[in-house]
Amino acid sequence: MIQFERFKLPNGLRVLVHRDTSTPMAVLNVMYDVGARDEDPGKTGFAHLFEHLMFGGSVHIENYDEPLQMAGGENNAYTTNDLTNYYIQLPAENIETAFWLESDRMLSLGFSEKSLDVQRKVVCEEFKEHYINKPYGDAWHKMRELAYEVHPYRWMTIGKELSHVEKAKLEDVKDFFFKFYRPVNAILVVAGNVTVEQVKQLSEKWFGDIPSGEKYNRHLPEEPLQKKAKRQEIKADVPLDALYKSWHISSRLDKKYYAMDLITDILSGGGSSRLFHSLVKEKKLFSNIECYHFGSIDNGLLAIEGKLVKGIKMEEAEKAVDEELEKIKKDPVAEAELEKVKNKTESTIAFEDMSVMTRANSLAFYELLGDAGMMNTELEKYTAVTTQDILDESKNIFREENSNTLYYYSNN
Amino acid sequence: MIKEAKKGIDRTNAPKIVDAIDLDLRLKPYQKYILRNGVEVYAIDAGAEEVMMVEWVYYAGDWYEEKNLVAAATNFMLKNGTTTKTAFQINEHFEYYGAYLNRASYNETSTITLHTLTKYIGQLLPVVREMITDSVFPEEELTIYKKIMQQRLSVNLMKCDFVAHRFIDAYLYGEQHPYGRFSRFEDYEALTREQLVAFYNKYYRQGKFILFVAGKLPKNLEELLNQNFGDLSNKKIETVDFLTKPADEKKQRIINDPNGVQGAIRIARSFPNRHHPDFLKAQVLNSLFGGFFGSRLMANIREDKGYTYGIHSYIQNHIRETAWMVSTEAGRDVCEAAIKEVYHEMEVLRNELVDDEELLLVRNYMMGSILGDLDGPFQVIARWKNIILNGLDEKYFYDSINTIRTITAEDIKQLAEKYFQPEEFYELVVV
Repeated sequence: MIQFERFKLPNGLRVLVHRDTSTPMAVLNVMYDVGARDEDPGKTGFAHLFEHLMFGGSVHIENYDEPLQMAGGENNAYTTNDLTNYYIQLPAENIETAFWLESDRMLSLGFSEKSLDVQRKVVCEEFKEHYINKPYGDAWHKMRELAYEVHPYRWMTIGKELSHVEKAKLEDVKDFFFKFYRPVNAILVVAGNVTVEQVKQLSEKWFGDIPSGEKYNRHLPEEPLQKKAKRQEIKADVPLDALYKSWHISSRLDKKYYAMDLITDILSGGGSSRLFHSLVKEKKLFSNIECYHFGSIDNGLLAIEGKLVKGIKMEEAEKAVDEELEKIKKDPVAEAELEKVKNKTESTIAFEDMSVMTRANSLAFYELLGDAGMMNTELEKYTAVTTQDILDESKNIFREENSNTLYYYSNN
Repeated sequence: MIKEAKKGIDRTNAPKIVDAIDLDLRLKPYQKYILRNGVEVYAIDAGAEEVMMVEWVYYAGDWYEEKNLVAAATNFMLKNGTTTKTAFQINEHFEYYGAYLNRASYNETSTITLHTLTKYIGQLLPVVREMITDSVFPEEELTIYKKIMQQRLSVNLMKCDFVAHRFIDAYLYGEQHPYGRFSRFEDYEALTREQLVAFYNKYYRQGKFILFVAGKLPKNLEELLNQNFGDLSNKKIETVDFLTKPADEKKQRIINDPNGVQGAIRIARSFPNRHHPDFLKAQVLNSLFGGFFGSRLMANIREDKGYTYGIHSYIQNHIRETAWMVSTEAGRDVCEAAIKEVYHEMEVLRNELVDDEELLLVRNYMMGSILGDLDGPFQVIARWKNIILNGLDEKYFYDSINTIRTITAEDIKQLAEKYFQPEEFYELVVV
């Protein structure tokens, strides 16, 4: 049970406090309700580029990192298709430094040309390192474009193409900041060796007079129901053929989420999982195979990807995957198999909750979803899933017309 | 327009801080017990969650193999079948209880690591025992393993950073040395079941091991460990010496992918191990040079020039001889410029004293980072494990804290003069 207290500043900033006196550290986590899905299709990669610019100095503080390092702190940030999250960990005695730094960059960035110029290049190198100069690095660019017609999940957080990032202007940066990075669109979580009183006082002092901003109301184009299977083939300089398949699934808040999540664990994720056992070990068609989803807030994708054993035909490999999916659609899973993936979930949650940083991050995420208290009811929701739910949800997801298939062929 | 904040808060001055160097940093002591067979158990009983980990550290790393990859393959296949259980059944057993059983093979040691909810530990230990005493290494499992590893290798060989990582170690230590060896298709091909069984018999069944446990530990843990592992072999292992054979040519350029858009850069020199008097001071110089986000290399090559997404320097975590390494991936056309800047930063450190403020920043950063790293029982036992396997004791930890607090700018300059000599460095770019 993760205890927390919650209050709201008059400017709309939501603040959560999670106290843990067993650690000498404190964590300050700021989550902004903006991700790659909120980008203009002609300016993709912006939310992530922006995350880099947040370290380029704010209105009163030229250098963000130095004072934090001086206070013995470390920080990082990440951007997803749904949100952007910034976090600091430092000795609890120095928590005010974190308030000072985060509040100043929420007040306003420094908007320096130099910072924009350098971070454009850094992000381009990141793009190359992860998506161009890496075998199969573009597979998900292709898959997202194949699977989504209109929803902004069509593109990756890094952006659709290098040129979008290269063309970013300081004007765009300012607009983006004042639209999204406002107290009313943010959630602040302070965790670790702190008191609620202390956090109240420091929040009011440092964040209290930042102009609230306008609440951002999201109106994203809704992805129409897919009625026909989509397929694509590509060839690239990779050593092995690879198969990628995806299916549309419902949103993070849908009650079907839990069965869907357990299905991915039944199919993959361990040496006794179905796809690994059947297709890697017994039939020897794949050298690896995985099933996963992204935990997206809007309607997402469940994916299966695997690399084929050399000499195996793509059609044969795909047929074997389909046969496994037919099984999970036809016969209810055994109680023990369901119990296994539930136990795994229980243990994953317990291990994650060991870190105060992860707890702070999870509280912010669930608050963004609507209520941080959901963090404490997740396990019950997994426990309640029945073998019938798994059967129903498998039938619902693994429909031919709901599928997207990418044959990623090796040139060799 | 930027609206100024209300008067009264001074946003231009940083709030007062407690310098992290003044924090009272302590490494939580371990409890130690000895099993009936003399096996040492190091334990950290702490944490709020009902979870724990057990790690078996065997002296069964690359150092002991006669043929390349035998140690790693043996370690991997501990989970692939015993006389009573198939690989599937072993996996199913651990997974049923939501536990994670991992194994890993290193230069000197090979490990088995179990993470589990504390309540299930009793159901899991007997199966680990079975893996250690009764593995059968099925021929078919080995065939699959070889094929999968070869395929994985073929993918990795397309990555410039993977190729650079292999070659730089080979230059530093020689391809025959355990620290410099790397995997090849033909080495996988040559693996036989007999080699694995022989290695298993010698280094696991009749080998030597140490146990590390941490988390919320059950009261009867010592008894459980004795029951399951107190009668296993714990013999002294004969260790041979390998001489390093560093490459003659120091500057290397390799084209791995004619169309690659980035190059992997490694710049490295040999360096003594943790027992050397310069080692702890070198850690401070390393932080300043390229050891964290605020380092000179990051500030110059990423934050000023934008040549790379990240650049890091570190001293390899080796028990015997080691190396000081700079590592990055940079745009193909700026690789040479990035290398020039690395040497430039070495030169500045050789020629100029670091100022008080930057040195204080590095000290505070390092202290804060250690404090953060020690948060939680798994982190504490990991630090102890490193100390113990390197033949050190808690004095090493407190000496390192003391070095961070007291090292002077002159010490750092002297160290840079001694070690940052460009002609001593191997230099490699793989495009």
